Amino acid sequence: MISNSIIEQASYEIMKQAAIDIPDDYLNGIKSVAEKESEELSGFVIKTMVSNYEAASGDRRPMCADTGLPRYYVKVGDKAKFDGGFTGIERAMRSATARATRDVPLRPNRVHPLWRTEHNNNVGINSPEVEWSFEPDADWIDITTVHKGGLFGTDYRMLFPGDGVDGIKRFLLDTLISFGKRGLCCQPAIIGVGIGGSKDTCMQLGKQAACLRIVGDRNPDSGIADLELELMDIANGIGMGPMGFVGSSMAVDLHIEVGHTHTGGMPVSVHTFCLSSRRATARINGDGSIEYRTDPRWFTPYHRRETVQWEGA
Amino acid sequence: MLDEMSIELPVTPEAIAKLELGSVVYLNGIVYTAREGVYDKILVKGDQLPAGLTRSSNVNFHCSPAAAPVENGGYHIGGVTATASFRFSKYLSEWLDLTNTKIIIGKGGMPVDDYKNILAPRGAVYLTTVGYGTGALLGRGVEAVEAVHWLDELGIAQAMWMFRVKDFGPFLVDSDLQGNSLFAQQGELVNKKIEGLYDGLKKPALHRYGETDDRKDELM
Ligand code: SF4
Repeated sequence: MISNSIIEQASYEIMKQAAIDIPDDYLNGIKSVAEKESEELSGFVIKTMVSNYEAASGDRRPMCADTGLPRYYVKVGDKAKFDGGFTGIERAMRSATARATRDVPLRPNRVHPLWRTEHNNNVGINSPEVEWSFEPDADWIDITTVHKGGLFGTDYRMLFPGDGVDGIKRFLLDTLISFGKRGLCCQPAIIGVGIGGSKDTCMQLGKQAACLRIVGDRNPDSGIADLELELMDIANGIGMGPMGFVGSSMAVDLHIEVGHTHTGGMPVSVHTFCLSSRRATARINGDGSIEYRTDPRWFTPYHRRETVQWEGA
Repeated sequence: MLDEMSIELPVTPEAIAKLELGSVVYLNGIVYTAREGVYDKILVKGDQLPAGLTRSSNVNFHCSPAAAPVENGGYHIGGVTATASFRFSKYLSEWLDLTNTKIIIGKGGMPVDDYKNILAPRGAVYLTTVGYGTGALLGRGVEAVEAVHWLDELGIAQAMWMFRVKDFGPFLVDSDLQGNSLFAQQGELVNKKIEGLYDGLKKPALHRYGETDDRKDELM
């Protein structure tokens, strides 16, 4: 039986880990981008970022003071047994958010959108967001937190089937050029592209593609995997590096997620997961033990299921 | 290699004159944070500046720290990261006149016209943070919180924090006393290639109102 207090403890710990320790996949990705960067200013920025990650881990302080909007993605195994129902899990995660905000500290970014009032703890109406997913034949609960910053670097557009891949490329270029200038989106980033679904799903898919897949991961559909690499080359061929300086480092990786969509449309969203690509995952096993990792493993075969019946992986 | 230098604060006109675009700078002394909350309070509502501010610091950092009170009454500063400066253009000429501030530190610079018309004529320059997520490195450079003003009224993010800093940086010099801008120069170089990126891509089925479609434009 998984108790609420274990959920609270794990959620608190991943909040802390996410804010402080850059995931290895991103760090290695940024180092390999740096090797290809031949421009002095862009190279200096990346080198400085790498020392910043080291300072954060060494001093146990947040890598970026804008600790973003902390939120959760929860995947519950069909066989998981837990106390307090689903609302018990949500309550525990809300309390962990408040505690981590005070202790790490995280910046209490969350304010009421109109009155700008706050509780100074990153908890409020509809926040932190909790997204749920399920997994067959499992008795564990995976909790992932993502601290995505950035007022900049995300956009949505309704394209049409006739726009084709050209339309996607055009939109990607538009988004990266507009938000890449002066480095507003804190590139080099992990870029997520959502294609299809309803408009809101399209945004969600792109966001999850950016935040919940690790550097080097490819979409299982080989056609989409090829498009990921092609779009990444386009991003890095803009001629822009970190801070909008001349350079070749825009994308550390690019992930695409798709959803079946309306026959008349092709909605597309683009998201950039910034230089402080913060995510951490806890797996709470059926016996209450906790294991920590940085790969959310969110997009399981079941999660991407495509027909009425899902026939095991 | 980029030029590197260390500056003692309050900064002198001689030290400012030596700064060249793209040089790397570290600061020692006192810097204060101020953004729209403080600007509105002083410039719009007409409240008084904290006593002694203009004597102790002439460096305005556009920043909201990740700070938390600790038991013995001080503050624990975790990370320190700048916020985008272009939003504060409208306050700056009055603010510089009132406070005699000579260095603005922030994220992403300001329009080159602001450098030419507001900063340079007042002997002031702009330094940009690097990255921009260098919160941990900058946090390391903060030795102590000398004072914090209007914490209850404005909240952690908007309050005026006075930081005593040592080897605080790195920052890159974005503007000089002629009002040149590193960002603008780099942006022009990047712009040269942009048209070509769209070669061969077909036109979109549906156009949109109200936004620029000149990709050389900046959106700020
Ligand atoms: S976008 Fe930049 S400033 Fe914002 S959280 Fe990311 S690294 Fe920090």
